[in-house]
Amino acid sequence: MALNIQQIRKDFPVLSQKVNGKPLVYLDNAATTQKPVQVMERITRYYSEENSNVHRGVHHLSQVATEKFEEARKYVAGFIHANKPEEIVFTRGTTESVNFVATVFQQFIGEGDEIVITAMEHHSNLVPWQQLCHRKKAKLKVVPVNEKGELELGAFEKLITSKTKMVAVAHVSNVMGTINPVEKITALAHKKGVPVLVDGAQAIAHLPVDVRKMDCDFYAFSAHKAYGPMGIGVLYGKEEWLNKLPPYQFGGEMVDHVSFEKTTFNVLPYKFEAGTPNVCGALAMETALRYIEEKDIENIRQHEDEVLEYATGKLKKLPGMRVIGEAGKKTAVLSFVADGIHPYDLGTLLDQMGIAVRTGHHCAQPLVERFGLSGTVRASFGIYNTFKEADVFIGATKQALDMLR
Amino acid sequence: MTIQEKQQQIIDEFEVYEDWLDKYAYIIELGKDLPLIDEKYKTQQYLISGCQSRVWLHAGMKDGKIFFKADSDAVITKGIVNLLIRVFSGHTPDEILEADVEFLNTIGLHDHLSPTRANGLQSMIKQIKLYAQVFKLKSEQKSKS
Repeated sequence: MALNIQQIRKDFPVLSQKVNGKPLVYLDNAATTQKPVQVMERITRYYSEENSNVHRGVHHLSQVATEKFEEARKYVAGFIHANKPEEIVFTRGTTESVNFVATVFQQFIGEGDEIVITAMEHHSNLVPWQQLCHRKKAKLKVVPVNEKGELELGAFEKLITSKTKMVAVAHVSNVMGTINPVEKITALAHKKGVPVLVDGAQAIAHLPVDVRKMDCDFYAFSAHKAYGPMGIGVLYGKEEWLNKLPPYQFGGEMVDHVSFEKTTFNVLPYKFEAGTPNVCGALAMETALRYIEEKDIENIRQHEDEVLEYATGKLKKLPGMRVIGEAGKKTAVLSFVADGIHPYDLGTLLDQMGIAVRTGHHCAQPLVERFGLSGTVRASFGIYNTFKEADVFIGATKQALDMLR
Repeated sequence: MTIQEKQQQIIDEFEVYEDWLDKYAYIIELGKDLPLIDEKYKTQQYLISGCQSRVWLHAGMKDGKIFFKADSDAVITKGIVNLLIRVFSGHTPDEILEADVEFLNTIGLHDHLSPTRANGLQSMIKQIKLYAQVFKLKSEQKSKS
């Protein structure tokens, strides 16, 4: 069933505003998506009716908040097909999820060990591993990317050795939209007994995510890139791994019994959730994911693919255009450069015409440099973007190029 | 012309343009006009950090006045840089240090000064003032010795 995009747009009040006198065309969804009223209402309802600290209180409100919080965890677990809610740890977002694993994992890393990442990682799934390698005198190995923006799987297989302790890979590239074959990658890594962390930041709102099917050991994502609020995200970990890992932070909630001599830690997932969690965020994330479920991720994917394909086709017809990232399997992201034009100039003029795109290296400097560039212009799509908006974007790009050339 | 008068002159020039399109077209022309600095100054040393587009700035002193030259790889940035240079070049360190930069707000380019833009114009103005500070100190030392 096709989505009624005009109806969906009504759920997102921010979209109806004007920017620089022009209707806003929001194409920066890879940075953050807009939020539907359902999510905003959920936040208001929480603070109006349910706010209380979780897990500790004997009183009514605390029990309500705790129940909803744990229901949210259960829902998230179901949404990504985890085996059980205990495998869902609430974090501040993808970045914290990756830092968390890279920090607690250091006890398994020794001098000369290797960590394999890819050339298309966001800095969030690169710097934490690089710094871990620095601390432990381990080596960071990087899987190259071909001209189309796809991972070189052959190289991947060779780079995983007996010294490899972790493979960290993006599900979807934030610069190019490439969908990586994570199932194949986990199979390759597991053959050699190596765990895999998948950065799902750019996938969660665009693709069905099934952590059991992809068989990854860790999966990280943020709510704010999936129509939910900022400041809440998830680290999924297989139970066996989460049990093996030591706590990341210490404090309230994550403990079992504390004396001045020693502390025993709480069970999963609480041993990883020190301090008061972002309860409201978790509840609103559930609402956002339910919104996606209600619209059906397959419908969303089909719609976004169609708009992406349409915009890409039109863009390539403009003179001197180079699309960065033409993988066979890609989603929702259109990165490009125009001959002789600085991305910043193009982005500035597009903004004048009410179009929100992103310019620069998109927190993936090594990847952008791999293509011999210092930056790109990136248009990224979401559930509410229309063909008409794609037309406006293309028309504006053409006008900007005429001005700049 | 004083720094203040030059700023007013720019404001007057921009008043002609009602539409943003014409305004930007003018900035782009200014960007294309900017006298490039010698390639030897397009190095890390003269690069202003914090810019999404790269900006190189070089300053020299002649007869007590500072003259700036600059370049950028983005043409809109270059156009705005051109305006800044026009305002500040040929003035004494004290004049530069005392000056407020208001014209960018008045002509509707204040967005380019916001920290979120990360195009480093703010750093550029800081750098211009820093040059003035350094030249001032140098000339004070000279007159003492």
